[in-house]
Amino acid sequence: MEFVTESSTVNWLPMVFIALMGLSFLVYAILDGYDLGVGVLLPTDKAAANQAARDKMIYSIGPFWDANETWLVLAIGLMLIAFPKAHSIVLQALYLPTALMLFGLILRGVSFDFRTKAPSKDKHKWDLAFKAGSLIATLCQGYMLGRYVTAFDTSTAATLFALLSAICVTAGYCYVGSAWLVMKTEGELQKRSAKWAIWSNRFMALGIVAVCIANLSIDPVIADKWLGFPQVFILIPLVMLFGFMFVTVELYLRKVPMADDFGCWYPFVCAIIIFTLCFCGLAYSFYPYIVPNQLTIFEAASAPASLLVIFWGAVIVLPVIIGYTIFAYKVFWGKTSQLNY
Amino acid sequence: MLSRIQFAANISFHILFPTINIALCWILVFFKWRYNRTQDDAWLRVYRFWVRIFALTFAIGVVSGITMSFQFGTNWPGYMEKVGNIAGPLLGYEVMTAFFLEASFLSIMLFGMDRVSNRVHTIATLLVAVGTSLSAFWILVLNSWMQTPAGFEMIDGVAHVTSWSEVVFNPSMPYRLAHMLLASALTAAFLIAGISAYRLIKGDQKSSVKYALNFAVLLAAILMPLQAFVGDLHGLNTFEHQPAKVAAMEGVWQTERGAPLLLFAVPDETERTNHFEVAIPNLASLILTHEIDGEIRGLDEFKGEHAPVAPVFYSFRLMIGIGLLMLALAWLASYQFVYKKRYPTWLLKTTVAMTFSGWIATLAGWYVTEIGRQPYLVSGVLTTEEAATGIAPENIALSLTLYLLVYGFLLIAYIKTLFVMADRAVKLEATNPKLADMQQADSPSEDLNEKLSTPVSAQ
Repeated sequence: MEFVTESSTVNWLPMVFIALMGLSFLVYAILDGYDLGVGVLLPTDKAAANQAARDKMIYSIGPFWDANETWLVLAIGLMLIAFPKAHSIVLQALYLPTALMLFGLILRGVSFDFRTKAPSKDKHKWDLAFKAGSLIATLCQGYMLGRYVTAFDTSTAATLFALLSAICVTAGYCYVGSAWLVMKTEGELQKRSAKWAIWSNRFMALGIVAVCIANLSIDPVIADKWLGFPQVFILIPLVMLFGFMFVTVELYLRKVPMADDFGCWYPFVCAIIIFTLCFCGLAYSFYPYIVPNQLTIFEAASAPASLLVIFWGAVIVLPVIIGYTIFAYKVFWGKTSQLNY
Repeated sequence: MLSRIQFAANISFHILFPTINIALCWILVFFKWRYNRTQDDAWLRVYRFWVRIFALTFAIGVVSGITMSFQFGTNWPGYMEKVGNIAGPLLGYEVMTAFFLEASFLSIMLFGMDRVSNRVHTIATLLVAVGTSLSAFWILVLNSWMQTPAGFEMIDGVAHVTSWSEVVFNPSMPYRLAHMLLASALTAAFLIAGISAYRLIKGDQKSSVKYALNFAVLLAAILMPLQAFVGDLHGLNTFEHQPAKVAAMEGVWQTERGAPLLLFAVPDETERTNHFEVAIPNLASLILTHEIDGEIRGLDEFKGEHAPVAPVFYSFRLMIGIGLLMLALAWLASYQFVYKKRYPTWLLKTTVAMTFSGWIATLAGWYVTEIGRQPYLVSGVLTTEEAATGIAPENIALSLTLYLLVYGFLLIAYIKTLFVMADRAVKLEATNPKLADMQQADSPSEDLNEKLSTPVSAQ
């Protein structure tokens, strides 16, 4: 691989930045994933019980969604800063879904705040807007991911694949969202969340299998990366781990609520592991490309001097961010209660 | 062209909300500090009413800001290619130092009052204020650098940094930052004054409302002249570094000595002259050069290199005009407060009418500075044309329509909601002042509100 050898003194910078960017996307997918998922799952009709459920669900994500979404800004920002060429190729190729996703994010971000401030007869409408915005953003993100992994191929097959990906990502977000609710709520709502989690877990599992098969059959290079010898020995324990988590989560969720709420965090932790593994899988498949089959991270990187400036900033600032993020989660630890402000 | 409209629409919409929040957050810190010092519940009620408006404004600011971070890549690929080495780190530091700080502590500031100690809550409020200000700092550094670039060299058509301190402390940065921070403080002050005056008119005579109104009026009265002073310094700085912009602002077509100050005129781009001039002789020269017949370089020296004159010229006058109105109102109201201890109704009504005057002045000022820089995106380095995207126009048109619809709708919803919140607060205070504190509680207040609204209207 020639590109690794040229200008080897600064080669670690693109690697560090792709790692930071990847980490931001992963943290985004997990964190905003659960609050988008909760938004998608909101019950729609006007019954008082459902209004109460909606309130509770939105309280559970209230203190977090804003900071969660900031990870997307950081991820896109890092891509813009460190790999400007990739940023402009990717976002221009995905122009319309990006615009639509932003529309969804705008819609849900503002409805979250308007719902408590608008006249009470309008509250239900803002709740629906919140749900619609979450769904639009989620579907668009899945669709964009699908487009990305097929290297922006415009064939019908690729489009179908992107649509499949849209549904799978939505199922994934619903799963992590309902796992979050199982952890953060009690009583009737917790039971309902467990049901949602069972179904979205199944759909997500189906989706992961479908995406893996599609991906392996599309690209022989990627297929070799996974199925070749000895790499296949990484794959086998992974598949077993996935299977184990799928089965145990399903068994656990059927028993919710357990006495003393035993293990209410288990489905959520499994969600984190699944997201992380899927993400690492994608990264492994595509490395060193940042735009699949077009542009490597080394070709797309900015001037080393500028990257260094950010790098030292990140070394100092990121631990601080992680520190106060943990603090914020600690403040709002435990079962969700009503939000007063 | 469509890209330009879209970005202009987006940035105009976005700027409205941070403009309020940069200063509003410091004002909230002040309210909280007053409460801590005096233990007077009225200050806490002021805090709680305005923190909700802060949250709403913040939410809209964040979502429109996210849109902008995407548009850099989609609509302005040439921008990052050419000056990304400078813009990138500045934007990166904004995200890392400001955005997370704001977003993380905002939740504690909003929802944490009964979960953390009073001290931690005050610190959280302070940190959010620091965050919003840091964000303003970085973005204005970048904007100022685009106006008056410094500390870089061009290698193969790409900007490389030679000195970060020159990039950050570029010639126009201190003036622009001060001008913008004051604009924010004034916008927030007039918003608070307007909404509080509205509550007073509606019969809400609680001390909390008066505290807020008095505070806002005094703040505006002190800052308005300061803003005029900083604005003057900023103008001098622009005159030194961006003479073409000043020529457009003043409508000076030919270089002249002893240029008049045009109070009104209709600039004519085709004949390159002004019609219907109403002018004060020599004043423009006096203001800009501090000499009665100092020389002002005219637009003829920048032919083909200067901005469209009319929008810059009119925006500038609009900004100054609104500014003078704001000054008059702030002083008049302060006089009433200090010497008469009460506000006449007509004054309150005028204050309500001026609720959003800060927005108009800020937008007008923003247009002066942004359109005034055209045809360049980065002065002397990159034209707007070069930076624009190659995306199909119909796709941009589609997304532009979508954005405009959303923005229009949100703007109306935002303004309406502010007054709905004010009405709700009035009703609660009128029927049961003790319950007024509960107005902040989320959904119960709504039920409460509905129960209470019947007797109020029956009275």
